[in-house]
This record gives sequence, structure tokens and C-alpha cells, in this order.
Amino acid sequence: MGKLLMLGDEAIAQAGLDAGMSGMYAYPGTPSTEIMEYVQKSKQAKENGVHAKWSANEKTSMEAALGMSYAGKRAMCAMKHVGLNVAADAFINSAITGVNGGLIVVSADDPSMHSSQNEQDNRFYGKFAQIPILEPANQQEAYNMVHYGFEISEKFKVPVLMRITTRLAHSRSGVETITPKAQNELVLPRDPMQFILLPSVARKNYKTLLSNFDNFISASEESQFNEFIDASDKSLGIITCGIAYNYLVENYEDQKVPYPVLRIGQYPLPKAKIKHIMETCDEVLVVEDGYPMVEEMLKGYLGKEKVRGRLDGSLPRDGELNPNLVLAAIHKETFTLDPIPSTVANRLPAMCKGCGHIDAYVALNEALLEHGKGRVFADIGCYTLGAYEPYQAISTCVDMGASITMAKGAADAGLVPSVAVIGDSTFTHSGITGLIDAVIGNSPITVVISDNYTTGMTGGQDSAALGRIEQICEGVGVDPAHIRVFHPTPANHDQMVELLKEELAYPGVSVVIPRRQCIQTMKNKELVTKVKELGLNKK
Amino acid sequence: MKSDIILAGVGGQGIISIAAAIGGAALHENLHMKQAEVHGMSQRGGAVQSTLRVSSKPIASDLIAYGSADMIVSLEPMESLRYLSYLKPDGWVITNAVPFVNITDYPELEDVYAEIKKRSNHVIIDAEEIAGQVATKRAANMVMLGAASNFIDIPLESIKEGIRQIFGRKGEEITNSNIDAMLAGREAAQKFL
Ligand SMILES: Cc1ncc(C[n+]2csc(CCOP(=O)(O)OP(=O)(O)O)c2C)c(N)n1
Repeated sequence: MGKLLMLGDEAIAQAGLDAGMSGMYAYPGTPSTEIMEYVQKSKQAKENGVHAKWSANEKTSMEAALGMSYAGKRAMCAMKHVGLNVAADAFINSAITGVNGGLIVVSADDPSMHSSQNEQDNRFYGKFAQIPILEPANQQEAYNMVHYGFEISEKFKVPVLMRITTRLAHSRSGVETITPKAQNELVLPRDPMQFILLPSVARKNYKTLLSNFDNFISASEESQFNEFIDASDKSLGIITCGIAYNYLVENYEDQKVPYPVLRIGQYPLPKAKIKHIMETCDEVLVVEDGYPMVEEMLKGYLGKEKVRGRLDGSLPRDGELNPNLVLAAIHKETFTLDPIPSTVANRLPAMCKGCGHIDAYVALNEALLEHGKGRVFADIGCYTLGAYEPYQAISTCVDMGASITMAKGAADAGLVPSVAVIGDSTFTHSGITGLIDAVIGNSPITVVISDNYTTGMTGGQDSAALGRIEQICEGVGVDPAHIRVFHPTPANHDQMVELLKEELAYPGVSVVIPRRQCIQTMKNKELVTKVKELGLNKK
Repeated sequence: MKSDIILAGVGGQGIISIAAAIGGAALHENLHMKQAEVHGMSQRGGAVQSTLRVSSKPIASDLIAYGSADMIVSLEPMESLRYLSYLKPDGWVITNAVPFVNITDYPELEDVYAEIKKRSNHVIIDAEEIAGQVATKRAANMVMLGAASNFIDIPLESIKEGIRQIFGRKGEEITNSNIDAMLAGREAAQKFL
């Protein structure tokens, strides 16, 4: 259908549409966000009625995608790597139920933590679930793999995990697309018990999954994505996973590597091909972005094999790879980077000038002066940047939703008052359940829900909390007298401090809602209108 | 031909438009290209960097290897120094002279310039002033694109085409003033050659 310049994320989204996907399910998270955003903007998606609304969190998105698969249609679910921790229960069990319509779960990992709290390698989740994994090396391969992924998902009746990393997700290159396929018809699973994971069914399904594993290996063996490229110098063999292949061939004229290379794009690993390179080469270097997963499999825990990689120090144990590191590993040298000139100062990200979170923090800091430091349990969002100077307003940031529950735990331990700071989107993502715990325990905590009507940190996506935070809090049992809203501006500072002090003194659960629109979303007319209709901007 | 370019700046300054214009020009010339962007956290006023690779041969890596970039094009002087390790020994540092100060410990500007001038191949121009003369200050990024265009083996006509692709929707006038800004930057940089 022609060549388009696309981000890796966009190639995946377009491929889904061209493969007849009926629904895209996701919660925003860098570097996966642009997959859903592309589908939301796509004319093709609109014309074909493809579902493209954000979910409340990754678990709900995974389950909705599985529901669509149950109904016989192709569905895709995309998230950042840590999102799969949230969706893990649904994800692992979807391998046991199996699928009806094709199902692809895209995990966008973030080696070097460009925008994340860890660099976990979600290939392990695919291995854990015992399903096929696809790992593209470039945008074109990402596009092709989605088509192939849906095919094998339907052929083997299992979900397929597609693992990409930041570098591929956010890099643009030309992609050749093909003629779109029609969507599947609505059709129920042939076996009406397939999706009922009572132990008797689960045991049977699990045996089916296990017996399929050899078929997955055969598929990997024949896969066009697992290519063996022979060469004459057998003193070294090189196994690359996904994008790492690019960092290898970058070092050689016309991409011609003098050593045999096995490039892996599909798991489980192709046994015969692995065996061949292990047997014919003196040593094997494994190059993978992420954890040393393949390396450890080949080396064994005791390290008996002649395998090099991240575990023996040939490559760094953590962080993203690059062409220089791979070349140094081949030649058993160390690569050291020239230092940045000392004149250069750090320039960390910061909250925008005029952001409502800032005014809320300035007030909170003052209200807490009499209680001392170390009491603010924050969460994940733009407001996490309140950790830096000049605010230094928070003490924790762990995972989405952890603010309320950690404040509760600390209060249980006697740290009273304890304060949680959470954003509106994070609140509906996974804060509500923690608030229920706090209400049931009548915990003496103050929950600050800093409401800017959007999912700010990831670029201003819709927030499921819009216009319903007070209702939710009341609904889970917070006393309405202790649900208090204010308009965070420098002019309202004294009033905010007073209000916060009152709630800090209250020996039960209070919710304080600083509420002002994110200044980055002021151009979003749809949101501005909605906020007006809901009457949210009361001063 | 082959051009490996590091684009640098501060989140929000608009380095992506430079990449998009060169990318459009490259496609117009039927060249291969890869362009890595920065999304997410650092967009919030932090240091940002984008890599652009254009070549007549297929390109493997999305990342540019250290010590191999042909040029660093920066919208901010201090940021041009942050990525020096990517530059090849005779590569060019092409930077806007106007600092973007959103931190309290921004170094002495003279020290920054002195560090840049340690590289014999450098271009330092006041992109905002030049942009203001022929268009508006907001076209500073097109001035920097023009400065860089002296060192990229792509015909000027195609660079203009790349700009037209970005601004075409906004009408003739805006497109032309951005092209003017590019041409002014191209000329201003030539005295450093
Ligand atoms: C499990 C998980 N999913 C997604 C993300 C990505 N993420 C980081 S911050 C954020 C948005 C938070 O929005 P909100 O709580 O409204 O705060 P804001 O950024 O608007 O201040 C998201 C989605 C993450 N870190 N972890």
C-alpha cells in the first residue's frame, strides 16, 4: 500500500489496523503511548469502528482485550513494561484460557530508564506465561510481526507477547504496508468451557499449553525472524536479540559481519539453530537489550558454556546497548566514554511554570512545617518532580497507586499525620482500592488528589477521573465533610494552608483536591469545553 | 552520502521540526533515514536530544555510535556540549548562541562559548536575532536548520521541500517566512567555513 515514515509504535498500530484488529486497549505509558494515540487519530480505524478508548489501567485493558478475543475478534493491548506488572494476573491466566480471536500484547520496555522507575525485561513475562514472544529489530519488522503474530495467535490459540524497547518505539523510519484485511466475524469459542478457569478446566488447559510448547519451538525454528547468517571466522559466534542486531552490524562495512550471526526475533529460542552456532563456534557472544535472559539460558547457572555477554562483563550488566559497546565486546576491550565537559550543568525535567501542582506543594510544605519532614508519600506523574529543589516535597515514589497505601501503612506504624499525593489519572488507575483500605481502617491520613483533568506526564491523555473524584471518594466511604476542593494559585495560598492544616489534624481519612487544569492542555478545546460543562473550574 | 546528526536542545524548544524537515528532504531525495525522538519525562524542560541519520545506503542502528556523528545541531549553547562524545574528531558543532536558562546553576556564558570554540569546526550564531530579521523569533529552529544545511549533502531545493511539507498546511506566507529563516541561517553560517 506504499511506504510511510513511522515510529515503531505507529508501525505496530498501523499493522494492527491492516491485520483486521477490532480493538486497541491501553493505558498511557512511555514508550508505548503512541500506539493507542495513532489508532485514535486514524481515519481507517474510525471508518472500521475499531475500539480506541483509553482504559483505566493496564489490567482492565488486558482483560477487555481478552474479552474481545473471546468474542472471536482480533485485539491488541499495549503498555509500558511496568504496566505488565499491573496486568500480570490477567496476562498469565490468558495463556491458560488461550484465545479465540487473535490477541497480541505489546510491552514497551525502557532499558536505561529514560522515563521509568526500572528497566525490567518483559521477555521474562512471556517465558513465564510460556507463550511465543516476538521481538522486532526495526520498524518494518515490527509491522510484519504484528501480521504474523495474529496468525500464530489464532493458529496456536494463545496470546502472543510483542516486546519492543524505547529506541524502536520512538524512532521513525520508512515502512512498507500491505492491503488491509477485513475484521473477524463475531464467533464464540468452540469449547464453551475454554474460558472458565475452574481447577478442572485449568488443569486440562494447562496441559494443552505445555504440549504446545514444542510447536512453538518448531515455529521459531522455521521463522523468518530467526535468521542464521553464516560467515567464515568461527572463532566467535554472535547471537543478537531484537534491536541489538542493529548495534552489531552498524560496526561493519555494508553490514557484513565476519563471524556467524544468529539473529533472534521470535521465542521460545529455536533449539536447532542455537545448537548449531554453539557447536560450530569457539565462543558465543550474546547481545541483548535488557536482562541477560538468553545468555543465562545458554550459559546455565553454573556458567559452564563458553558464552559471553552481560554476565561475564563483556557487556555492561545494565543499561541500553549501543554500537560501541558491542564492538568492544567482540574485541574483548572496554569502551570508555569521554566525560561531558565540566562547564555543563545538569538540566533535569521540572514542573512547568504556572503548574497547579507547584502551588499545592508550596502550601503543603508550609502546612507540614510543624510536623516535620518525611511524611509525604507521593505517586507517579508530573507531581513526582516535586522531589527536586526547590520543593523537595515528597519522600516516596514507587509504583502507581502506592501513595495512599504506603501512607496508610506508615500511619499504621504511628507516623501521624501521613500524607498521600496522587494525580487524578493515577487515582483511577489504582488509587481507589487503596482508599477503600484506608476507609475501612479509619486511617489518620490526608490524601491529596492533585487534579489537573489529564494524564499529564505522558502527554495529556484523557483522565478517567474527570468530574467524578468526589463521587468516587464518597462512594467508597470517605466522610463528605472531609472531601475538600481548592483552586491552587499563589493568591489562594493562605487559604490552602489553613484548609490543609485542618485536615491534617483530623484523625480519619480526608481527601483534599487541589483542582486546576494542566496548562499544557489549554489548547485542547474538547477538554476545555468538557471542564466548563462539568462546572469544575470553581475558584 | 551519509549524514549522522545529533539534534540537541531543551524540552519544548522544537528540535523535532528540524528533524522532520531534514527527514522530509531525505525522503524527497529517496535516501534512507532513521530518526529517534525523545518522548516522555524529559520533555518537561529537561535536556533533550534526537538523532537523525540519513544515508544513501541502508541504515542499521537507530542510535549514532559515539565518536562518529558528523555534526551536533543545538538550539542552545550549553546543550551542544552535552553530546560532544558522539562527535567525530572533525565533526561540526553548530549552535544557537542564545542560552535557555531554566536552572539556577547555568554556567558563565563565556565559559560555554570557550568550550565550544575548542572545536575548530564550530558555528555559533544568534538564531533568534537572525530569525527576527527575516521572519519571527519563533523561526530560530529553521535558522539552525539552514546553518546545518551547509554540511548536509542534500540539494537546497529538497531542504525547502522538507520545510514545505511541515508548514504547507499553514499557508504560503508562513511557509515562505520559514524558508527565508532557513536561508538566512545558511548564509550566516558560511562565514565560519
Ligand atoms: C503501571 C504504570 N503505568 C503507566 C505509567 C506511566 N505513567 C507515568 S506518570 C503517568 C500519568 C499520571 O497522570 P496523573 O496521575 O493524572 O498525574 P499528572 O502527570 O497529570 O500530574 C503515567 C500514565 C507508569 N509509570 N506505571
